[in-house]
Amino acid sequence: MTLRVAIEGVSFWASRLPGWDIARAVILGEQAAPEAPSARPSPTLLAPTERRRAPDTVAVALEVAARACEAAGRKPSDLPSVFASTHGDLAISDYMCSTLATTPTLISPIKFHNSVHNAAAGYWSIGTGSLAPYTAISAYEYTFGAGLLEAATQAICEQRPVLYVAFDIESKGALASMAPSRGLLGAALVLTPVSKSEQQRGLILTTESVAECQPTEARSAAAPLVADNALAPCLPFFEILASSNPRTLSLALSRQTALNVQVN
Amino acid sequence: MQSRSLRITAYTLCSAVGDGTAATLAALRERRSGLSKNDFGPSPIDTWIGRVPGLEEQPLPAEFANWDCRNNRLAWRGLATDGFIEAAREARDRYGADRVAVVMGTSTSSIGASEEAYTRLDPDGRYPADLRRPIIHTPHSLGDFVQHALGLTGMSVTVATACSSSAKVFAQAERLIRTGLADAAIVGGVDSLCGSVLFGFNSLELVSSEQCRPFDVERRGINLGEAAGFALLEKQAPGGAWLLGYGESNDAHHMSTPHPEGVGARLALNDALRRADLRPEDIDYINLHGTASQKNDEVEAKIVADLFPTATCASSTKGWTGHTLGAAGIVEAAISLIALEHQLLPGTLNLRVPDLACGPQIQRDNVERKARHALSFSFGFGGSNCVLVFGRDR
Repeated sequence: MTLRVAIEGVSFWASRLPGWDIARAVILGEQAAPEAPSARPSPTLLAPTERRRAPDTVAVALEVAARACEAAGRKPSDLPSVFASTHGDLAISDYMCSTLATTPTLISPIKFHNSVHNAAAGYWSIGTGSLAPYTAISAYEYTFGAGLLEAATQAICEQRPVLYVAFDIESKGALASMAPSRGLLGAALVLTPVSKSEQQRGLILTTESVAECQPTEARSAAAPLVADNALAPCLPFFEILASSNPRTLSLALSRQTALNVQVN
Repeated sequence: MQSRSLRITAYTLCSAVGDGTAATLAALRERRSGLSKNDFGPSPIDTWIGRVPGLEEQPLPAEFANWDCRNNRLAWRGLATDGFIEAAREARDRYGADRVAVVMGTSTSSIGASEEAYTRLDPDGRYPADLRRPIIHTPHSLGDFVQHALGLTGMSVTVATACSSSAKVFAQAERLIRTGLADAAIVGGVDSLCGSVLFGFNSLELVSSEQCRPFDVERRGINLGEAAGFALLEKQAPGGAWLLGYGESNDAHHMSTPHPEGVGARLALNDALRRADLRPEDIDYINLHGTASQKNDEVEAKIVADLFPTATCASSTKGWTGHTLGAAGIVEAAISLIALEHQLLPGTLNLRVPDLACGPQIQRDNVERKARHALSFSFGFGGSNCVLVFGRDR
């Protein structure tokens, strides 16, 4: 089965690659990455009091979500959305586990409701006033491909543009040994159903049963800057988007199922 | 592309009221609650819980030892019930291991294992050796375990949208089948008791110190529960009930409080009825979210009173199972299927005096009558809503 969608908007944010323009230039070898990591983006969609205390997951997810909608020229509240994160908010998980181990009755109610995997999606919907459905998923090391496929599937089934947001943050405390992830990394796309005649940049997605997945490896100068973030498997996709040439890559959906992506 | 009806060729659930559909039906008929005084963990808060007995003494089979933790033990207990695992393997053999997708819902997955590790860190602050298994310290623990336990090799995804998680899995699976990415899907959800949810909901002052009383004027909050449930969805089959539709939306209102008018919930309901091509008059039974929190029940009661005829029976079954969070969608989907299969529409356990917002639809007592169509409502933190439509026939 083949899914065809067009890409209306792209965004990307990593601590050393703060924005798609910089990331693309670094990927293409046109400029060096900034030496110093950037401060985390401010989730300006939220009320000023909420911005400061917003978790890192929310800050990075809302940043890339807003930029992708801008790039697509789409009103955020019109778009259903798919939020994908390998581990969710690792810092809050560390907080919950360490507080429970010592003073469980002192758990912060705000941290608790921010601990849900759909917190970023929830804040996005509140900030944009969007009643369109969102989902929040994880598929461990296959998270980026699984989210991309779900977003494409929604665009085609519902015949409407869909926002896809993927993100992972830095791990904290003892949990970091089991769920390692460094820095902030977020990326977003606005996907729209496409007919063959349209000229937009398009994706053709097919799944393939294989003996052992061999996903396309990242090879640009951007790769080492995000390699230790849990969402690093997304980078090869953005390396191909950075170039204007049509290319094909393979993402893993499971150990034995590949998602082949033809980027036109 | 229009959404299509799917056959539900096998389903099961395992909760505090028992393992499997027969035990659940018996508890519903006998009005026997699975709730008990909270005895979970070293310093239990004063509340009632829906605890599944025996999980502590039931490690996973050796071949799945890497996934062993309370949540996956509960998943395994569910898979082993009602012949579900055999039905799933039969589907695998028929369609191919890569053509049966796994879409699981959970809220906290196996965070209980991470919580335990933090109580037993070694002097260097590292995890104890027996818990150094990365897969159980990440949300996809559940989807990954179920896929391996069933010997499947295609897509496996874990949906985590709080209390709507294992309702939304039906929608995602339907899309995968509609687009031809899968021929069948194992959907379901598992959530297990853990410190995060007990102390977390306690911090929000949403937990009741007595048995939960959904829709009662004197309700005092929720009881947490744990459960596993699964369903096998197929495009075509000679028998089985039908998934006729689903609706998804969100409130865009607040992280832990529903919209006061239920704007999102109404959208999800309309979307679900539209896909199923049904009207409110066609609905015989609604399994409500009915958590027994002040706000949820008030909003939900208003929606039902506004939109459904008096002949529709509606109830919350949380008085039997407790609120099983990310598993609530599948548990209540399974109860809706039991209601249609056995023509027994459960009432609302522990409801004595209905809230003023309740219309005549909300039932205290069980009702035995002909029923063709059932809805199941699931509304979660972050304002995520999902409504499912099931039919005995099409």
